[in-house]
Amino acid sequence: MTTVKVDVHHLTRVEGHGNIVVDVQNGELKQCELQIVETPRFFEAMLRGRPYDESSHITSRICGICAVGHATASLRATERALAITPSPQTVMLRKLNFHGEILDSHILHAYMLIAPDFLGVGSVIPLAKSAPDVVLRALRMKKVAGDLCKAICGRHTHPIAMTVGGFTAFPKLAELREIRERLIAMRPDYEATVELFSTLKFPAFERDTEYIALHKDDEYCFIDGVIASTDGGTWDISEYRQVTNEQIVPHSSAKHTKNQRQSYMVGALARFNVNYNQLHPKAKDAAAALGLQPITVNPYMNTAAQVVEIVHCIEDAIGIIDQLLVRGIKPEPPAPPTRMSGTGAGAADVPRGTLFHEYTIEDGKVVGANCIIPTGQNLANIEADMRGLVPTILDRSQQDITLALEMLVRAYDPCISCSTHLLDVKFE
Amino acid sequence: MKPKIAFFEFTSCEGCQLTVVDSLQDHPELLDVVEIVQFREAMSEKGEDYAIAFIEGSCTRPSDEARIREIRERATYVVTLGACAHLGGINAIRNRQELESVREYVYGEKKDWFDTYPARPIGAVVKVDAEIPGCPIDKKEFVTAVTHLLQGRMPYIPDYPLCIECKLKENVCMFLRGKTCLGPITRAGCDAICPTYGDGCEGCRGLVPHGNVASLKNALRERGMTEDQIDAKMTMFLTYQQMEKEGAAQ
Repeated sequence: MTTVKVDVHHLTRVEGHGNIVVDVQNGELKQCELQIVETPRFFEAMLRGRPYDESSHITSRICGICAVGHATASLRATERALAITPSPQTVMLRKLNFHGEILDSHILHAYMLIAPDFLGVGSVIPLAKSAPDVVLRALRMKKVAGDLCKAICGRHTHPIAMTVGGFTAFPKLAELREIRERLIAMRPDYEATVELFSTLKFPAFERDTEYIALHKDDEYCFIDGVIASTDGGTWDISEYRQVTNEQIVPHSSAKHTKNQRQSYMVGALARFNVNYNQLHPKAKDAAAALGLQPITVNPYMNTAAQVVEIVHCIEDAIGIIDQLLVRGIKPEPPAPPTRMSGTGAGAADVPRGTLFHEYTIEDGKVVGANCIIPTGQNLANIEADMRGLVPTILDRSQQDITLALEMLVRAYDPCISCSTHLLDVKFE
Repeated sequence: MKPKIAFFEFTSCEGCQLTVVDSLQDHPELLDVVEIVQFREAMSEKGEDYAIAFIEGSCTRPSDEARIREIRERATYVVTLGACAHLGGINAIRNRQELESVREYVYGEKKDWFDTYPARPIGAVVKVDAEIPGCPIDKKEFVTAVTHLLQGRMPYIPDYPLCIECKLKENVCMFLRGKTCLGPITRAGCDAICPTYGDGCEGCRGLVPHGNVASLKNALRERGMTEDQIDAKMTMFLTYQQMEKEGAAQ
């Protein structure tokens, strides 16, 4: 009978610190855990007592990769708490900025963190010698994404001009025109990206689960909308706790979540499965080329769904810039609060999935805060996948089993430092 | 032989290391002159032989200390990356709150499962040879620092206030725009990026030596800020430095 012990201490090419521990004795799975050993960060506690307008600047520091996503969800929570309605221009600039972050993060993940596994190297660095055109393409694409965020909010990590009710600085039309030209020039690059990832042989592992993402009927949703599930049902963002049902487990400084089943998945594949109809036509073409259709239940295909979103975000960003060029950009003061006390939840579907922030504000000061992070929501599902996968690959060498598990966890693009500051909600 | 360099992170968002990746993207020639032996966020290889160790993040739990000391022993130079490692950064905000209440607020009755203590900069644990400040670090400053180290020089960080860079940038002063700013007491080096994008300086690069903090606080009061608001402004990134001044840092 098979005995396998996998103990990956501090998994590499992921953001934050996690260990994979699998123990199979005589063919029986004894232990199967993704341990989160990142230090607790305590962001919610830090916000208490501070002015409401600091929240987005503090919480963007939860994560260097999804700093714009945290800032966006944070601003939406504050704006709902204080009944602030951002202008149509603000809404458009935030969407455009968000596309920059999705692109930056997905390009980083697909090319630099995932591709090395398929090409048999430990990092992107040897690829610079063996496949320089691929690496240069990734860098070129990533730079456009970063420059897009820079034009709108100063920098991607950590955004500066994003503030409650609007922006403190505005891109010039000439900057947007230049970014537009570069996005158009990215089309051959995204076509090559689709081609490259359609040739990679993603492991064939399928496990049906519940997929959750933000949803709007008239656009592929990243900000606001409602919470939607492939198992059916929608929830208002303010009802997010009914979906996430957090629980603390001993081997993780991040809490686990479950909705209608024992676990659910968020992220690019979940968004793809929930919102396929709202994708840009060119992104649907990319999905067809990558062999993706809703509902895809192979978690390794999350990376392919990211590639589909790369195409979508480039095309949609071009569309938003076209609209902005027609209507012009007017420097405008942020929309003001209409009250100084209240509770509000904000949500954004950041690169790794649905992110919730909720604040209670009294007289302009934060008195209660809660953040639920995508990776925290995925942990239970990753472990369920691991439990499903291990018995099917016990005939492989220890090394191959380890690699398959590492690749599985990496496919979720876990952002562990994000996920380690979840809390029991206690609103005074 | 190319000098070996390694990257490590403690409590942080890893945004400074991402900024390093971005710097390498703009300056791929750096990869020709150094050998990166450890960079967990970007590569699987793990070498323990290195001359320069870059450390991001704060020390926030007892188990971090041994690892930080080990890195210090192995490396010829220890260089901190960013505000968390340099100043305690955002992590130190909670140092002003009672530790047990912070733990309980986030983890409830399971608070004892997760090890933690007040956040400290790396320099509070081991000797640090050079600091690259900021939240996040500035790409240019990182590249310059690496260049200096390769030339056998210690990296230099400005010891004058941000206002000088902001004036050179021809920004209209935040105070004249009806906003507030920590520029007069904050160390320059970021090219005044926040005021350039319409937001007052939050002090992420730390206090400039001999800055007139009392006078700045008066200026904030004159602009109608309450003591609580001033205190918040002075503690987003500067909690540890403020507590050090008061003799209250641990």
